[in-house]
Amino acid sequence: MLKTTPFHARTAALSQSHAWRRWAGHVAASHYELSHEREYHAIRVAAGLLDVSPLYKYLIEGRDAVRLLDRMLPRDVTRCQPGQVLYTPWCDAAGKVLDDGTLARLAEERFRLTSADPGLLWLEENARGLDVTIRDVSASTAALALQGPRSREILQALCEDDLAGLKYFRILATRLGGCRVEISRTGYTGDLGYEIWLDAADALPLWDALMRTGAAWGLQAAGLAALDLARIEAGLMLLDVDYVSARKALTVDETSTPFELELGWAVDLKKAAFVGREALAQEAARGPAWCFTGIALDWDDYARRFREAGLAPRVPAAPWRMSVPIYSGAAQVGYATSGAWSPMLKEYIALAHLRTPQAAPGTSLDMEVTVAHRRVRAAARVVRRPFFDPERKRG
Amino acid sequence: MATTWDSVIIGGGHNGLTCAAYLARAGQKVLVLEARDLVGGAAVTEEIFPGFRFSVYSYVVSLLRPEIIRDLDLPRHGLHVLPLESTLTPLPNGDHLAQWNDHDQNHAALARHSARDAEIYDKFSRLMHLTGRAVQPFLGMLPPDPASLRPADLRGLAGLGQYMRSLGERQFHTLHKLLTMSAADYLDEWFEGEALKGTKSASGIIGTMQGPRSPGTAYVLLHHYMGELDGVFRAWGFAKGGNGAVSGAITAAARGFGATIRTGAPVAHVRIRNGRATGVVLADGEEIAATRVISGADPRRTFIDLVGEAALPGEFVEAIRRYRFRGCSAKVNLALDALPKFSCLADRSIADDGLARQLMRGAISISPSVDYIERAYDQAKYGEFSSRPYMDIVIPSMLDPGMAPPGKHVMSIFAQYAPYHLNGGWTDARREAFGDAVIDTLSEYAPDLKSLILGRQVVTPADIERTVGISEGSIFQGELSLQQMFFSRPAPAWAQYRTPVDALYQCGSGTHPGGGVMGAPGRLAALSILGEKK
Repeated sequence: MLKTTPFHARTAALSQSHAWRRWAGHVAASHYELSHEREYHAIRVAAGLLDVSPLYKYLIEGRDAVRLLDRMLPRDVTRCQPGQVLYTPWCDAAGKVLDDGTLARLAEERFRLTSADPGLLWLEENARGLDVTIRDVSASTAALALQGPRSREILQALCEDDLAGLKYFRILATRLGGCRVEISRTGYTGDLGYEIWLDAADALPLWDALMRTGAAWGLQAAGLAALDLARIEAGLMLLDVDYVSARKALTVDETSTPFELELGWAVDLKKAAFVGREALAQEAARGPAWCFTGIALDWDDYARRFREAGLAPRVPAAPWRMSVPIYSGAAQVGYATSGAWSPMLKEYIALAHLRTPQAAPGTSLDMEVTVAHRRVRAAARVVRRPFFDPERKRG
Repeated sequence: MATTWDSVIIGGGHNGLTCAAYLARAGQKVLVLEARDLVGGAAVTEEIFPGFRFSVYSYVVSLLRPEIIRDLDLPRHGLHVLPLESTLTPLPNGDHLAQWNDHDQNHAALARHSARDAEIYDKFSRLMHLTGRAVQPFLGMLPPDPASLRPADLRGLAGLGQYMRSLGERQFHTLHKLLTMSAADYLDEWFEGEALKGTKSASGIIGTMQGPRSPGTAYVLLHHYMGELDGVFRAWGFAKGGNGAVSGAITAAARGFGATIRTGAPVAHVRIRNGRATGVVLADGEEIAATRVISGADPRRTFIDLVGEAALPGEFVEAIRRYRFRGCSAKVNLALDALPKFSCLADRSIADDGLARQLMRGAISISPSVDYIERAYDQAKYGEFSSRPYMDIVIPSMLDPGMAPPGKHVMSIFAQYAPYHLNGGWTDARREAFGDAVIDTLSEYAPDLKSLILGRQVVTPADIERTVGISEGSIFQGELSLQQMFFSRPAPAWAQYRTPVDALYQCGSGTHPGGGVMGAPGRLAALSILGEKK
């Protein structure tokens, strides 16, 4: 039986499309309206409200909380200040990525880690002998993402604290519409946006307050399809879609290291010890074999393929997630894992794993596309992620 | 020492800017001269009332060419087109007709009025899609001159002939019908619902001093489907930030390529020496030398006002004098305290809250029947404005809340007919009387409208002429009627952006393929100029 989130009474009532997906054992709205299109545009020009409660959330408290996390994560947790949030992957001893998420330092000795897969066991295994308590608060903590250029104004209208001072990747404990919440300046859209963490018991009143107040700024409930499109534009990866957790991979080929995912910036090899350090140091020295990057299709070539079949060019109506071969000449040099037509950039974009020699920005490649039931190759070029990176995201 | 520019472009409308961007991209030294203090021509966003921003004149992006979006990288320069997803036609009896992008939703909405219309709609759309695809290449093509024997023209004509023959029989006959029939007659062949026919027929009369029963109006139905072919480019829609943002993105692209753009620089006349344009003279007497002059102004402004009849062949002057403008479209821009409530959506058995709100994000069309629009035209035929006009309404703040203060709205009402040649002429009183007719008519469908109006701006064809400079306030720089399209736009033998004056070119909507925020004339003019140089 699938679980529902604390917002389900509201999200279900809004669903015109009855389009639900599964997310971490929960039902989650794919799109509320008949198409995700408006929900996506709302995220880019106004604001979208997304129920992200299915995320796994763990509270890590105690004298040794920093020690545990610094030992487990490749980032330098000792430098994470209270009120700061880190994005981080984490690896097994072979340096292969297990999961990725955000770590918020809520207080000197209290952290919250989010993950896409369950992570309690991994935390407990690494915590042996340490003075730390780990609690799974996934069900008791509800979470909303409020994303888009008007999100700050909407929150500010409901919040007594000044949010202008809440910088990118910072978190603030405050009250919102009367509810106790933590607001972090984080998100999965690559836009100005916030995530709101609260007691599940307050979920419905807060949803109502946000929707009521947000209407004046064009706030709209948005589902996972719109989020998927936004995160592809933002070049953000998704576990089980763009990479496989080392925990689930059946072959070494299926695994990825942070360097192969272009997350080398989140690996601090200056740290004395953390899980996977040795393997990662070796890989850093020899350079990763793969690179996770963006590609954009050449429109003229793409349109020509359709013209040859007597058709007007068609692009995917919704973001796709599957493995699509990418070639350099006759040789396959990689594969795309997520792709979408970006309505905003007017480009067909994809996220891809490429062999390092073919991954330099500007490199010409071919991607397989389906035209009139046939797989053909269309020209593409390598572009740096993110595809879309507005100043307001950090500003 | 005065600089000599490779190209000086008269008018910073979206076509002049597009032309400038393409020429600068090719390495030319380009100067754009705009008379007003802001660029964009009829594609501008202005804050008419504090906090309320309006696309004062043109209000949607129509058929903006995908190749321009790509070539000039407009999304990176801020262009973001928001799709219009629906059309609501409120009806006098309190009912409504809705049309949606979503197929199932559209089918259900049409079937409420006619099960037959709902079913035949797919067939109609498919034929229009195929025919639109057949015609679409014309938008990106230099029109060959059918009377010329130059090799390029002969090649062009031969290609055209071949192309027409390659069309399926069905498409050819459809095209023939669309070119010769009235929108009303053509739609009668397909549909029975009055509201559907009225609303569809309206696309054939926009910007044109004709009624839905005038022959030739059926053709413009195709334009709508051509927009759908550009579907992924959302060539029909509302630009975030209004149409000024379209001009802004093209301006940024042009500047990025090195073009210079001057505002507050009205051109008084084109300088001509020995039958050749050598530059322009500004209203304040400043002379600007250029290798070539390109006019984005309309044909009458360009040739009669800026060049002068004396410098032109008599026959050409006659053709330009016969070129028809006859602006008949007005705009009423409203600043609103809240979203108006349309009584046709009040009945919860017809539309729930969510749907009613969604319909406010689309177009609202006051076109309950073909008769309604034809009657509106009848008054205009005899020099009066329509007392109950046809209207195409959008509420941009529903799509881009940045257009109005939080919770407030802007409403853009395109209204027809308000003929330029009004009996007795346009005065302030007549303008406001027309504004009243629009508001009174609309209030019949949205009774609380008047109580919500915080500000009202009425723009008549006379105002468009005075402010933007387009003759007779014609929104397309001359009617898009068949006798002045393709190889006859603006005049036979002069449809390839060249003019009888050496080194003088045209790039505005008065050239092929015409008006709408499409950018095609500006691009084609630039490409044809660049092609000539080689």
